Amino acid sequence: MARSSTLRTIAWLWFAATLAVLVVGFRQAIFIAPPEETMGNLQRIFYYHLPHAILGLVFPYVNFAASLAFLYWRRRDPLKALTADALAVAAAEITILYVGITLGSGMLWGKPAWGIWWTWDARLTSELILWLLYISYILLRRLSPSGQTPTLAAILSIFAAIDVPIDFMSIEWWRTQHPAPVFGPNGGGIAPQFVPAVLWNLAGWAMWGIFLLGFRFALERRRQLAEQDAALLAIEASLETPQ
Amino acid sequence: MRYLTYVLDHLRKDLRLEWRSRDSINGMLFFVLLMVVVFSLAFDPAGYPTITRQISGGILWVGLLFASMTALNQSWAREQRNQVLEAQRMAPSPASALFIGKALANMIFVLVVEVVLAPVFVVFFNLHVLGNAWLLALILPLGTWALVVNGTFFAALALRARNREMLLPLILLPLSLPAVLMMVQATTGVLTAELDPVYLRSWITQLAGYDLIYTTVCILLFETVLNAE
Repeated sequence: MARSSTLRTIAWLWFAATLAVLVVGFRQAIFIAPPEETMGNLQRIFYYHLPHAILGLVFPYVNFAASLAFLYWRRRDPLKALTADALAVAAAEITILYVGITLGSGMLWGKPAWGIWWTWDARLTSELILWLLYISYILLRRLSPSGQTPTLAAILSIFAAIDVPIDFMSIEWWRTQHPAPVFGPNGGGIAPQFVPAVLWNLAGWAMWGIFLLGFRFALERRRQLAEQDAALLAIEASLETPQ
Repeated sequence: MRYLTYVLDHLRKDLRLEWRSRDSINGMLFFVLLMVVVFSLAFDPAGYPTITRQISGGILWVGLLFASMTALNQSWAREQRNQVLEAQRMAPSPASALFIGKALANMIFVLVVEVVLAPVFVVFFNLHVLGNAWLLALILPLGTWALVVNGTFFAALALRARNREMLLPLILLPLSLPAVLMMVQATTGVLTAELDPVYLRSWITQLAGYDLIYTTVCILLFETVLNAE
């Protein structure tokens, strides 16, 4: 991971803190929060579903910001641009993970609670399209020629970030026109006795997401630096060959 | 003004190249006809006339989506032969003029296919347009532009990729999903006349908004794509 030991210490401390918050959150969600009146204990999956749903909408914009930074620094300071690109790919992968967990936990909740695995209501459709967008981002990175990957991916990231609000709004409008069965709590806020569980889990999963992001970022940086070293060796070897 | 001249030059070039071989248009026309036949076998329009009218908007746009993909894939291929793309990069004219010229050319090809497709559709699906058919003359170009502008951009983006033909639909479709929703809703609204005019107007406005936003983004970012190395 980090070459310096301070970064490594911070990472371990953050990991420990994350685990602590997640444990408190688990206790709050499973033992302390009262059972909900209609669904009983089944509703507890909500404390995992909601944080992942919220965070799944934050990480795409981390990816967007990193892609903009990459495009800005691309010609001005290539090394900073490389770092920005590492953050972009890390954020995209975490997005796919979190949105995937949102969809999966939603389905697991939906089947016993409402009898259906899936429906094309506004929220689910938009979440699915969000997931598909970032999978297409990773696919582009995989299939594009290696020199161009960061630039092309950054451009797709811009398109995706613009598409997400358009997507959510147009699909919401579609479902206002033709209402369909709705998954999940409709309307209103969360009753006060559930709030601590929600907040602890939100904090815990946010910290976990940041930890994973940092870990993946460091992994990508390591790969980039290894690539640079290999390129340097290749250049030096070619210089030594008698012409 | 000079910009417009550049755009027209690129447009003329693409139209002339296409006219000489007519590969793209012929391919698209036949493809779309085949799609209509496949959908007819799959959904049996004669057996379910009311449902047919309700889904024919969707079928039309799905057919056009896949047909335009075939044209888009090879629209940049002609720039790769004889190192034309390198020459384009070195040319002093703005890169976005090349993009707009090519997007307009692709737009014209797909519109030609639509003009031929529409009567075929009406015949094979026994369609009577229940709403205001003139609105279709607005919706079809707006919808087509939404597909073509993003399609041309991503075809250029995927140009040197490993699996180019497969990559284009994979990155184009998720982004186009809101636009596809808007164009299908608007078209179905006109065909079935079951939609409140307020909703219909809103879908058309949203589609126009989508076109505007993505045309702007594509023009601004095309230079970066062209010089991606």
